[in-house]
Amino acid sequence: MLFELRDVGLDRGGKTVLDSLGAGIPEGATAIVGPSGAGKSTLLRLLNRLADPDRGEILYRARPLRDYEPLALRREVGLVPQLPALLDGTVESNLRYAADLAGEPLQLEETLGHAGLDPSFGERDVKKLSVGEQQRAMLARALAQRPRVLLLDEPTSALDHAARDTIEAALAELRRELEISTVLVSHDPEQARRLADWVLRLEAGRLAGCGPLAEVLA
Amino acid sequence: MSTSIHIAVWQVAASLALVALAAAISFWQKADLERDIVVATGRSIVQLTLVGYAIKLIFEADTIWLVLALLAVMVLFGAITARHRAAKVPDSFGPLLIALALAGGTTLGLVVALGIFEPTPRYLVPVGGMVIGNAMTASAVALNRLGDEMGDARARIEASLALGATAREAAAPTVRRSLRSGMITLVDSTKTTGLIFFPGTMVGMLLAGASPTDAVRLQLILLYTLLGSVSISALTATLLAYRNFFTLAAQLRELESGPAR
Repeated sequence: MLFELRDVGLDRGGKTVLDSLGAGIPEGATAIVGPSGAGKSTLLRLLNRLADPDRGEILYRARPLRDYEPLALRREVGLVPQLPALLDGTVESNLRYAADLAGEPLQLEETLGHAGLDPSFGERDVKKLSVGEQQRAMLARALAQRPRVLLLDEPTSALDHAARDTIEAALAELRRELEISTVLVSHDPEQARRLADWVLRLEAGRLAGCGPLAEVLA
Repeated sequence: MSTSIHIAVWQVAASLALVALAAAISFWQKADLERDIVVATGRSIVQLTLVGYAIKLIFEADTIWLVLALLAVMVLFGAITARHRAAKVPDSFGPLLIALALAGGTTLGLVVALGIFEPTPRYLVPVGGMVIGNAMTASAVALNRLGDEMGDARARIEASLALGATAREAAAPTVRRSLRSGMITLVDSTKTTGLIFFPGTMVGMLLAGASPTDAVRLQLILLYTLLGSVSISALTATLLAYRNFFTLAAQLRELESGPAR
């Protein structure tokens, strides 16, 4: 198993957001689905230690997450947040920032290509990108670190159909070309069907299903 | 620089006519500040008179220890006051206290070590008061900005953390802007000094009968001293305080749900 959740619980502001989650996430493409407010994004943030659970434990490759050095873990398990949050500057400077943090050489054109962006995007000012382009730049920035796992939080929620299709095509391409496992949060079961083999379904912070796509989203 | 003039009580009392004018304007224009003006006037009389007596005692006792005790009290009250302006910064008191103590200690130490002022109460008390007062304003402004920016830039900071940036790397742009806003007011007023306004020390010196040359020189020394103190305090306060927004595992703390511990 890539990740293993053992009785994971988390409270915020006196409310239980995640309640006794026990589930496994294998290598490959996983989707976390459920209605908004179900705790999907919160769970995703726990997987690279942007937050820690209040109860229970999460294992990554059979070792407790807390045993990993958080900064090194986040370079290996990258997270693309729901809303684009690029640093001021060009797309290239953002990619370089990420590559430098990970100590990786930056292969600009190749990395942009994996995110469905053509090489000319490198010199574009991030303030002049559309939301869809920013979202793809965020994906490229995460890829510049050569992560082994990518956590994607509703990567297409703010986009129109055309932009969504471009991102989905880029993600499918990633799966074929790079050996990166993905955990995708989506409120849309159809998107899970298109992009995932394994599904976790959350409802009101509780696990409502976990297993192969065909079983959980039958 | 030893000049002295005498101000009689009736002269002070006569200046209250201008307070009455301010209150009248407020009443006439319904600015609703009359009560505040009265309170402010009352407090200024009481506070300054008490401080006047305290300074008189300290001057007469002429020991460095009393001076240091007075400066320590100023640092303490400065940190308490600044904390209210930095309400969005968790646990801001410690950083502010250290920032004010360091700014006061370093700048006063330097002006004495460089032989600019003698280490006597006559110099250390008024200069110390100005240094600590300005350091307080600068660090309060810087932390106020830090609190706002850490809220506004939360998504961007967390996105940087998600790439494996350290808390320091993720917060660097925010810390930079906060430091800048803490220092900019004094830098700007130093640029326009003498053109748009006459700074207080110079006005005081001129009124007290000093030569304009002496007044200008003392004013310059004080402006430069204040620049030093303001930069030390704003830098120290922001560098210590930004850490309080993060956990040891480089996670942004949840602050909406009350004081997270």
